[in-house]
Amino acid sequence: MTGARRIGAGRALVIWLPMLWLILFFLLPFAIVAHVSLSEATIAMPPYRPALVWPEGGWLPEYRGTLDNYRFLLEDPLYLGAYLGSIRMAGIATALCLLVAYPMAYLIARSAPATRIVLLMLVVLPFWTSSLLRIYALIGVLSPNGFLNSALGWLGLIDPDRPIQFLQTDFAVYLGITFTYLPLMVLPLYATLEKLDPSLLEASADLGASAFGTFWQVTLPLSLPGVLAGCLLVFIPAVGEFVIPALLGGPDQLMIGRVLWTEFFNNRDWPVASAVAIAMLAFLVVPFMILRNSPALRGEG
Amino acid sequence: MSRRAVLVAAASAGFLLLYVPLLILVIYSFNASRLVSVWGGWSVRWYGELLGNAQVLQAAWISVQIAVLAATIGTALGTLVGYALARFGRFRGRLLLTGMATAPIVMPEVVTGLSLLLMFIAMEQAIGWPQGRGVVTIVIAHATFCLAFVAVIVQARLADFDRSIEEAAADLGGRQPWIFLEITLPVIAPALVAGWLLAFTLSFDDLVIASFVSGPASSTLPMVVYSKVRLGVSPDINALGTIIIAVVATGVILGAWQMRRAERQRMRDVQRALAGD
Repeated sequence: MTGARRIGAGRALVIWLPMLWLILFFLLPFAIVAHVSLSEATIAMPPYRPALVWPEGGWLPEYRGTLDNYRFLLEDPLYLGAYLGSIRMAGIATALCLLVAYPMAYLIARSAPATRIVLLMLVVLPFWTSSLLRIYALIGVLSPNGFLNSALGWLGLIDPDRPIQFLQTDFAVYLGITFTYLPLMVLPLYATLEKLDPSLLEASADLGASAFGTFWQVTLPLSLPGVLAGCLLVFIPAVGEFVIPALLGGPDQLMIGRVLWTEFFNNRDWPVASAVAIAMLAFLVVPFMILRNSPALRGEG
Repeated sequence: MSRRAVLVAAASAGFLLLYVPLLILVIYSFNASRLVSVWGGWSVRWYGELLGNAQVLQAAWISVQIAVLAATIGTALGTLVGYALARFGRFRGRLLLTGMATAPIVMPEVVTGLSLLLMFIAMEQAIGWPQGRGVVTIVIAHATFCLAFVAVIVQARLADFDRSIEEAAADLGGRQPWIFLEITLPVIAPALVAGWLLAFTLSFDDLVIASFVSGPASSTLPMVVYSKVRLGVSPDINALGTIIIAVVATGVILGAWQMRRAERQRMRDVQRALAGD
């Protein structure tokens, strides 16, 4: 009996130690953000007037909150524009990433085992270096006197004295997102393509399908779980991305992560920054739920 | 052109995109000239300047300390979560634990950073802890997302691992903490090492969350690099990038070599067992 009780206590410890940590440092912080988003901004430290106030000697808090911050988000076109802009930027970048990643994943899945390990290592390696330094490396390639302009000038495609402005454009942000998140797209694609039964492709060819037909009607549909998982793994963090638009995008190119940062650090408006955060989560709940139930993610560790 | 050639060409474009910027960064870290457009000959001048920069060294040391602490706490707690989810079946709070342990992976960094900062400030007002912000608050923030990544890795590893070995140990009279320490832990050890290294990397690389929850005396390496990059190109950052690439490449190659050796050893053991030795 005591043994069983001891196992019960051990089990409870295994479950509740991380549970308490996550409640304290993950769940509770969101409750506080929600609370601040309903509060009024004031000049004080911290710069907001709480929405819930405990009266002297009372047990239940009084609600004195306001929805003004959310109303403000809806009324000022800057915020709606930033939300829609982020979704558009992240969507285009995800599509570009898929186009670049698919042939890579396909080639890796069709390689001999020894080559496969080397190629997978090459895909994963940049992910283990610093993403900030990789963005910095990309700036070196795209800058007016950087590698790309020099190469184009050397090939005679552009006048070397009039370099193309790559930095601070939407193109630079698309490229930055593709470059940063490429490994996250390749790995789930590879995981589904690797499991693809080659006899299905042979059967398709035997039945007279062209190579393209086989790809379009057999390979692609069977790899859709990997496509979906990869796209969500890129799209979700790309929507809230701060570093890439801040370093590669133009000054008027507003993505929502950058707006939140500016609201908080430059304007010191904590309630509006909190409302932006809550609204951003509301946008991401649906893609997040799809990702959680994605079968392709369970297969790969 | 054959189909194979088209595929190889298309895939090469992706690999070039991944590696050309890194290659250029490495080459230019040895450029004697300050200007990116001018090649001034080979030199290790920027490495000397980097190692003489007290601000960068201080920030690197803080980042290493934070990453070691955060990865260790995150691995310990993440292993518990992975074990509970893989072995305990249904229990009260399972759905909450699964949700809370996966969400930090996909949470936008700005949201995580903001929510933790507001939380630390509210806590300080309510109970007087943590006093101000610094290494402690960054470690807590990083350990939380490290936990999530380690939990996923450990859970996947335990799902692959044959449960009957643990059950056999129990039938032979083994008790639970002993079975975990003697049987389960050695089997999942590679997953723990991989998880710890991933956690260390993620913590060492984080700019956004640390910017929210850091204090005046706790600038991490990414924060220092970011402020330098924003001011324009500085060649010593090329040198820093090259050092990090060299360390990571060595680690990844050693890891792959170790994995291959373990795999070969396993194959030999299986063959020997089948031969009835």
